[in-house]
Amino acid sequence: MSTITNSIFSPETAARFDRLVTLYPVKRSALVPMLLYAQDEVGYVSDAVVTEIAERLDLLELDVRNVLSYYSMLRTKPAGKYNVQVCTNISCMLRGGYEILDHCKHKLGIGHKEVTADKVFSLEEVECIGACCWAPAMQVNYDFHDNLTTVKVDEILATYRAGQGKDVK
Amino acid sequence: MPDVTFTVDGKQITAPAGTLLIEACKSAGIEIPAFCYYPGLSLQAACRMCVVRIEKMPKLQTACTTPVAEGMVVSSETPEIAQARKATLQLLLGNHPLDCPVCDAGGECELQDMTFKYGAGESLYAEAKNHREEQQWSPVVYFDRPRCILCYRCVRMCGEGMDVFALGIQNRGSSAVIAPNIPAHQSPDHLAHLDCEQCGMCIDACPVGALTSGAYRYKTRPWEMNHVATICTHCGDGCKTTLGVRSTSDGAEIVRGDNRDKSGINGDFLCNKGRYAFDFANSPERITAPLVRQPDGSLKEVSWEEAFAHAGKKLRELRDAKGGSSIGVIGGNRLTNEEAYLLQKFARTVLGTNNIDHHRTADYVTFAQALAGQQGRTASWRDTQSYPAVLIVGGDPTNQAPGTAWNLRADVRLNKARLYVANTDEIKLRRQAKAFLQLAPFGYGALTAYLAGDAASASNAATNTSALDTFRDAVKAEEKLLILIGSELRGADLKRLIEFGLTIPGAKFALLSDYANSRGAADMGLLPDMLPGYVPVSNPGPFAEHNAPTKNGLNMLEIFEAAGRGELSALYVVNSNPISRYNVDPAVLKDTFVVVHEMFMTETAQLADVILPAANLYEKGGSVTNSYGDLQLVQKAGDRAGVRTDFEMIVRVADKMGADIKALVPFGKGLRADMGQSRGAQSGEADRHAVWLTANNLEPKLSPFDSWAILDEIQRLVPGYNLLRLQLLSGNDQHLEPAAASAASANRRDLVLPSGDTLFTSGTLGRFSPALNDVQRYQGNEPLIQIHTAAE
Ligand code: SF4
Ligand code: SF4
Ligand code: SF4
Ligand code: FES
Ligand code: FES
Repeated sequence: MSTITNSIFSPETAARFDRLVTLYPVKRSALVPMLLYAQDEVGYVSDAVVTEIAERLDLLELDVRNVLSYYSMLRTKPAGKYNVQVCTNISCMLRGGYEILDHCKHKLGIGHKEVTADKVFSLEEVECIGACCWAPAMQVNYDFHDNLTTVKVDEILATYRAGQGKDVK
Repeated sequence: MPDVTFTVDGKQITAPAGTLLIEACKSAGIEIPAFCYYPGLSLQAACRMCVVRIEKMPKLQTACTTPVAEGMVVSSETPEIAQARKATLQLLLGNHPLDCPVCDAGGECELQDMTFKYGAGESLYAEAKNHREEQQWSPVVYFDRPRCILCYRCVRMCGEGMDVFALGIQNRGSSAVIAPNIPAHQSPDHLAHLDCEQCGMCIDACPVGALTSGAYRYKTRPWEMNHVATICTHCGDGCKTTLGVRSTSDGAEIVRGDNRDKSGINGDFLCNKGRYAFDFANSPERITAPLVRQPDGSLKEVSWEEAFAHAGKKLRELRDAKGGSSIGVIGGNRLTNEEAYLLQKFARTVLGTNNIDHHRTADYVTFAQALAGQQGRTASWRDTQSYPAVLIVGGDPTNQAPGTAWNLRADVRLNKARLYVANTDEIKLRRQAKAFLQLAPFGYGALTAYLAGDAASASNAATNTSALDTFRDAVKAEEKLLILIGSELRGADLKRLIEFGLTIPGAKFALLSDYANSRGAADMGLLPDMLPGYVPVSNPGPFAEHNAPTKNGLNMLEIFEAAGRGELSALYVVNSNPISRYNVDPAVLKDTFVVVHEMFMTETAQLADVILPAANLYEKGGSVTNSYGDLQLVQKAGDRAGVRTDFEMIVRVADKMGADIKALVPFGKGLRADMGQSRGAQSGEADRHAVWLTANNLEPKLSPFDSWAILDEIQRLVPGYNLLRLQLLSGNDQHLEPAAASAASANRRDLVLPSGDTLFTSGTLGRFSPALNDVQRYQGNEPLIQIHTAAE
């Protein structure tokens, strides 16, 4: 049972969290999944998210921040509606990952961890996303795009801008 | 545990099974370098400095996590190991600036030593170093990120040791940093800060110069100081501390306090006050010349001779004209035992009065009387490190006796001790407790009545009476139980609690008081009805030779009542501030001649006719007794031109009164000063001779200002103070038991007034410590933080 009275999360997420804490022998094991789900709902891990999660797991906010800062997939600032994550790890690098990244930067007019003025896109350079066989690869929100070329990237971005991309936030 | 035998570097070593290899080697004199390992804290194995080669194991092993095993064959220093350690150092130095010449830790840094030893100053890594500016996390804790080697000692020290958990680790890999609990983006000045107990333990544990102390940073170098082992002047625990001292133009200044040699009962612990609040000694507000009140009401600086002569003459006249019983004497809680003893002897034999008292912070008279005739029932502070079960009734050690709280946490953590806490408040130590009993407000009396068998008191003791039963039964089932008692319990309540405890065969007791020598003040008879060692004034026994008055004197309150009636001709106050403590109306003293020994212009000093500038406990030698009755040596560390010890000033005033000084201070006894030969073939003779004399309490006391002459008398006369002189002089603690006669008068007023001190206050003295004031203001949440960036 949740003891949180004024949860900042939607009723569904709050219910999910109530259950999540019961699944592990130690409560704090629920920390990483909880942070991820919270980020999906709120868009980023805000101070309010940190506070509520600490309360739910009987942790200090400092503990939550310690873990949060370890994972680069967790962010403490809002991202764009579509978060473009370009891999530049070894396989992608060998097959032109940096060109893809540079292209995105140029095309979107933003750098690493930045958001476009209209808040539609944000860009991130990330480590291996597990799509090495089809490198170079990138991820937009939870959607994978591989065997990239600059032309293909343009198409993908255009699709999203037109509101037709998958948005599995 | 059974012993196992194994070999390290060809040497056979035997150690109990389960001992960590690194500890076993240390005991055998083989040093294995370690950064992250810290005795008493959980194992981390983060640094890989301690790697050794163990036969039959495939890779190098960390000695800090490997338990010894029968037949193990270990090499601790081979070219392979040296190579591995060098590589480790290169990694650890990845972000490190190697700025040893300006770093506080330079000269006593484990990283510096190892870099010299393994020669890893030149790195193979070409990546740019991650630099960040030095940060001020609190008035006393600074963080220099580039020097941090991420050993986690500070994180564990703060969490496990202090139970504060104010430090964490954030980010990852080479950008990982130690982070305090107030993140920059949430702080008013946009800089990261610490909200914590400000003990500085993290700084002490840091093997490098990453965490530095507000008091010490960039001030001096370790080898430029003298190091003096003495006792903290603040709370009643009596932590041993090593003060770093350097000379100044008008004396010697204390710049640092720590106990890294773990030589005292406190191990490596010091709280905020012990570590930082010695700075009152350097305060410009100190009185450094004797002052005498002039006919026009002003205070004038005079020579010592004039001040002593004036005080002596007036006191003598008043005693002779109005009688000793018209004079009151009030002593302090931070005098040495010798001074406290001398003060009461001066009062009783020179001034001729039993009107003598001190600010009592615990009822030691009842404590001693309730344990009269018992042997081995009083606890030493050492017992808090190892007892299997501890009951705390009243008190809040975390705030009032932080060293006790530290030891208890360690006892629970390392020995799985069972802690029982009964308190009207939710004190922090309940977090370590096996059982916490929430008492009703003012429920201590009812609790002791209940424990004494009065079932009807249960409902007044606690709302949850079934919890009360369970609690009592659990406590009674313990075979070896340490009972720590807060100052809330006095008189009849205290007596009942002790009687209950005495029904448990293995129980030992301690009563916690508030200041460095509160216990000593009581033991030494700064009381109107008790001579030293709780010998009643009316039946002086061993003290009959003093021919002192045998009628009980006036207590603290009665002294001021007498003043109000115009019946107090003189008041002699030694390092105490009763005017503010007891809210005395200054007007009551208008016709009283007041002599005050003080460091500062306190409320009491302001009313004085003669002010004698006093040295503090860090500026003199002698002994003190902590709350538990452990006697420890105090040594002179700091010095200030223009002040004298209370001991000397009492003797000089007595001399000016015409007293027989040889009777007051039995000096010049013992052997003639045959010092033996100091040069040539027999030169060792002098030392051996001195040791022998010391061991037999026969070292020559050549001056009336030699407090050891009074210690001789204490040892000769005070019941329970049968101490071992060499034990004291070599800086070791020894436990003493008061040997009181059982209670004579039933309706004695205990007059206990707890100081109400917290982690960051320390009576009147604390008001004059800039460090305590800063930390109080800081923890009081004023946005005062001003960042001083590192010296360029
Ligand atoms: S000063 Fe003490 S309480 Fe504060 S962070 Fe350091 S160890 Fe923790
Ligand atoms: S600050 Fe010091 S104690 Fe803390 S992790 Fe860094 S080096 Fe270790
Ligand atoms: S615990 Fe008490 S004796 Fe120890 S350092 Fe703190 S104030 Fe001093
Ligand atoms: S390296 Fe890019 S997906 Fe693995
Ligand atoms: S001391 Fe063994 S790994 Fe650090």
